[in-house]
Amino acid sequence: MTRRLSIPAFLSTFVLIVTCFISTAQAIDIKRVVSPGGIEAWLVQDTKIPLLAIKFAFKGGVETDPAGKEGLANLTSTLLDEGAGPHDSQEFQRRLADNSISISFTATVDGFYGGVETLVETQDEAFDLTRLALTEPRFDEEAVERMRRAVLTQIRRDQGDPDFIARRALYETAFPDHPYGKRARGTAESVGGITTDDLHAFVRERFAKDNLTVAVTGDISPEQLGPVLDRLFGALPENAKVQPPADTTPKGAGETILVPRPQAQSVVLMSEPGVKRDDPDWFPAYIMNYVLGGGSFSSRLMNEIREKRGLTYGVYSYLVPFQHAAMVMAGGSTANQNAGKMVELMKEEWRKMRDEGITQAELDDAKTFLTGSFPLQFTSSEAIADVLLQVQRDNLGIDYLDRRTALINSVTLDDVKRVAQRLLDPAALLTVVVGKPEGIEPTRTMDDVPS
Amino acid sequence: MIEPLRRLIAAPVVASLLLISAGGTVLAQDPPKTADPNVTPNTASAPATPAAPLQAPETATPAAPRKGVFFPETFTLDNGMQVVVVTNQRVPVITHMVWYKVGAADEETGKSGIAHFLEHLMFKATDELKPGEFSRIVARNGGRDNAFTSWDYTAYFQNVAADRLELVMRMEADRMANLRLTDETVLPERDVVLEERRQRTENEPGDKLSELVQASLYVHHPYGTPIIGWENEIQKLTRDDANDFYHTWYTPNNAVLVIAGDVTVDQVRPLAEKYFGPIAPRPVPARVRVEEPPFGAERRVILRDAEVRQPSLRRLYGAPSYNRGKTAQAYPLQVLSEIVGGGATSRLYRSLVVEQRLATAAGTGYSPDAFDMSVFGAYVSPNPGVDMDKLEAALVEQLEKVVNEGVTAAEVETAKTRMEREAIFARDSLRGPAMSFGVALTTGRTIEDVEAWPERIAAVTVDQVNAAARAVLGQANPVTGLLLPAPVREAAAGQAGQPSPTPSAPPVSGTSGMIR
Repeated sequence: MTRRLSIPAFLSTFVLIVTCFISTAQAIDIKRVVSPGGIEAWLVQDTKIPLLAIKFAFKGGVETDPAGKEGLANLTSTLLDEGAGPHDSQEFQRRLADNSISISFTATVDGFYGGVETLVETQDEAFDLTRLALTEPRFDEEAVERMRRAVLTQIRRDQGDPDFIARRALYETAFPDHPYGKRARGTAESVGGITTDDLHAFVRERFAKDNLTVAVTGDISPEQLGPVLDRLFGALPENAKVQPPADTTPKGAGETILVPRPQAQSVVLMSEPGVKRDDPDWFPAYIMNYVLGGGSFSSRLMNEIREKRGLTYGVYSYLVPFQHAAMVMAGGSTANQNAGKMVELMKEEWRKMRDEGITQAELDDAKTFLTGSFPLQFTSSEAIADVLLQVQRDNLGIDYLDRRTALINSVTLDDVKRVAQRLLDPAALLTVVVGKPEGIEPTRTMDDVPS
Repeated sequence: MIEPLRRLIAAPVVASLLLISAGGTVLAQDPPKTADPNVTPNTASAPATPAAPLQAPETATPAAPRKGVFFPETFTLDNGMQVVVVTNQRVPVITHMVWYKVGAADEETGKSGIAHFLEHLMFKATDELKPGEFSRIVARNGGRDNAFTSWDYTAYFQNVAADRLELVMRMEADRMANLRLTDETVLPERDVVLEERRQRTENEPGDKLSELVQASLYVHHPYGTPIIGWENEIQKLTRDDANDFYHTWYTPNNAVLVIAGDVTVDQVRPLAEKYFGPIAPRPVPARVRVEEPPFGAERRVILRDAEVRQPSLRRLYGAPSYNRGKTAQAYPLQVLSEIVGGGATSRLYRSLVVEQRLATAAGTGYSPDAFDMSVFGAYVSPNPGVDMDKLEAALVEQLEKVVNEGVTAAEVETAKTRMEREAIFARDSLRGPAMSFGVALTTGRTIEDVEAWPERIAAVTVDQVNAAARAVLGQANPVTGLLLPAPVREAAAGQAGQPSPTPSAPPVSGTSGMIR
């Protein structure tokens, strides 16, 4: 469909084009498209391959599950493509498979994400199935019980996974009275109690135009996309009913929690309060983290603990910027007899970073990596759409990709030192160790994480 | 549908999950980025690599379209090193990969793990570079680098801006010829590999079972030895072992350079001639692995582990690959796998999960990408309370039904259409094409084989599928692997997390896509 003069202005698709340099050599055009019905999406048009990736998200994720119904968002995410409108589960899945359409839904912290990948030749079917999944999911008993069994199975399987156990122990300690401390999949009990009414209510209340974000990459013009947006999302209600949780600060400072497990290797996980994405210190913290443990073989943790001492296959740190809390975390695994040594070495790097900051060479290297590697992720339609979606969700502005390099390059040594002193305190780390570690003096032992 | 299950059913993931093919599993030096799932925004669904080379572009041009998938260009240097270039100008970025035609299955008996250990050591010093400097220089130039090892190949790659091609090529050529190992760098790295083994295998009952099943499937052929090596043998690997392996196999005539991205063959040729060209070729041993003797017995491997919360079951049958056995069956077997176990509409999922309600997940996996023979595997995870014998009987019943009654022509047509359509998606990345050519050219296939994949799938007939099903699933000597919870001990009984007889899907984590 093209824009024609005979169509009243309010029915046409609005397009704004912003050119962003994602590297010195590469600019991409991001088009802000507003559909006749008022739905906004960011588009990167690419006609080289006849396919299309659409990514979208609704604000509010697993943390907004009602008390006692933990796991509702996750269970819903497994069921939207298990029958909708006139199609039962097998028919819906057959249409997806036969047309090579991939529809996915994921409930995570702070957001409920969806995605569609389709060839242009089958896009009409893809649009119809996606709309049905969002607006008319059936929640037939057979499908609900089948997916409930699958989720319960995953919950059980998680209980044998040392990495999962470490995360559970840490999150439950850091957020004892906040939904962030709850398990995204819910518990066997809460998932067992979710009813079809709960599922329908979730869809009714949570999918709406006012909490929707959309990003598209692929072989579609802005003028074609406008009506498609209305076709996909136009039937959603205007307003969502979501109660976001309160802002909070992670607890458990200085605690060392041991979860004994009969395994060959100890898994270590640590955390401290961090910075949210909108914090003015975000980029200094981002660079600090890169040098500390975010930069793989270029990082201090990897160099000290793996390269120099051979104590681990992997040790890393990362920032966790939730909407209502933030953490800086670090983790890794090592043979049980070396667990105490590894925790000490990690804390020592924490201390060194706080006391001394980073060197000019480290700052320069971090900047060239963090700016230079950015375009590497723009190599598939899905990945480009993911970036566009996240930039919108983080409210960074449509010119963000253009400004990003300058934001990173403006960080100074003093900025990094300031943020390191603000964030890092080895004595205040919350530490979790899962396994049969030697050299660890726990402040608390958890026999098991609750199922 | 539960997302991990769907992706689990995707061929490459299942391949490694079941360890069903030499090509399906890789080990590597770098740990996976254990990003916190709570932060990763909905990107978990991207499969690491496309399953197979895929279909030609749907061209709008009515004039006879070129047949192919990725349309690469290729040439060979005077020293025998083949170069493949896949131009893709979406962003000014390239994937630069050097593949060696050597893997764990080429190791000497008693030296298991040396191929993978050497892969780690390739990041140590050369005459030009200090230990660890390779990766730091790549990072300083805004790039990411890594490497991985399989039974049949070892590959090194860098993802960088297109204008850094010369830099990474110079460094990659340097370490092809000038690796300098010292005990000071080798010995701590051996500890790293032992930690990697603990993390991957010892801490993961599902992966431990995979290793044991693989060892039972191949009683003589080196595919029965884990890529990472047996722990007792890794402990004894030395600098000399690494040097011997390096000097035996790492030569330009035993390597393939694959570059995908914003670069043309005319740009690549002079650089390849400048950096790789001067490296002198050396004779390389023939890759003659011992043959697996006919083994008429059915085998069962049962692993009971206290950390298993849910059982799972897998059943593996020896099968031809693209390169060994009845290779013509490699294409019909891919179609068969799609029909029997490819996704939520497959026979196994429909029967065992939807209709009989015995399982939470069920599917098959088959990848013909191997220098020697391959495997056709089926897996199933029981619903809570379902007896494992009953589950196994139901799985076998479905497989026997395929052998005895065959699949229908309609099923074959639908599967082929799906596979051909899926094809276009493979072009939507740089890594996909680079992986496809790297695997093919190190496992005895050609560029033409990759490019002809859609045509060969399209040519598969229902009779071929049924003949292949009878030949493979009709064999009387499958290997069955069972992952079961350890029996409850009195002392532990009554504790939290009581081990009910409750089952699960196979481990989602597998080793797929893990690199360096």
